[in-house]
Amino acid sequence: MTLTQAEKAAVVTIWAKVATQADAIGAESLERLFSSYPQTKTYFPHFDLSQGSVQLRGHGSKVMNAIGEAVKHVDDIRAALAKLSELHAYILRVDPVNFKLLSHCILCSVAARYPSDFTPEVHAAWDKFLSSISSVLTEKYR
Amino acid sequence: MLTADDKKLIQAIWDKVQGHQEDFGAEALQRMFTTYPPTKTYFPHFDLHHGSAQIKAHGKKVVGALIEAVNHIDDMAGALSKLSDLHAQKLRVDPVNFKLLGQCFLVVVAIHHPSVLTPEVHASLDKFLCAVGNVLTAKYR
Repeated sequence: MTLTQAEKAAVVTIWAKVATQADAIGAESLERLFSSYPQTKTYFPHFDLSQGSVQLRGHGSKVMNAIGEAVKHVDDIRAALAKLSELHAYILRVDPVNFKLLSHCILCSVAARYPSDFTPEVHAAWDKFLSSISSVLTEKYR
Repeated sequence: MLTADDKKLIQAIWDKVQGHQEDFGAEALQRMFTTYPPTKTYFPHFDLHHGSAQIKAHGKKVVGALIEAVNHIDDMAGALSKLSDLHAQKLRVDPVNFKLLGQCFLVVVAIHHPSVLTPEVHASLDKFLCAVGNVLTAKYR
């Protein structure tokens, strides 16, 4: 699955806006994930998952930073996220299904904050982009 | 991604599949239609009864494509490019279904060659079938 030039442009343009609220969007996406899909909480037994928790915000920032890296290196996401890919493969081992769920929640958060920007084309481009990231993060599992 | 070991394992056991293109293919499809009835919706134009000539022919096609993939295991995207276009532009089979057919194919191999399907071979074959599925859905969007 490769992103077209138009799709890459859409990703980069929206990112410029998202980046200004990255931390908040990250935390919100995780909150959405944990409320809509409670089973995802099993990966965070060591976290305080209450709304506004420091850990939630910290982790949301981490996730968004990684996405930011992928945006910066949209032509070679695999290289940019190589270390994260290994982390997920050898240590975290998050079941691949969950990447779809978190991606979905991120899309919802972005759509909610930038409704007029989130056209069907932008939606498709972002969904493809987040799918690419998810593929990279799970490709070393086996 | 298929490692060198994966490729070796697949190529080693593949001769067991080679001679059975039609029956393995037909059986995999039959199992898929029985176990996962929604998959039948892609074949309204087929006679789906056991032993149907159309299923046999289609099974042969499907396994034929797998054989192509094995023969060009280092460049499956290239070898299956036309099939990939076909699935993207015309057939548009929902990606979920590739996993189901792949699973049924594994079951067929397990039944006919139980000693061949060690855990290692199973893993490599499953990886391979997933990779084929990915190639066939790569151009969907």
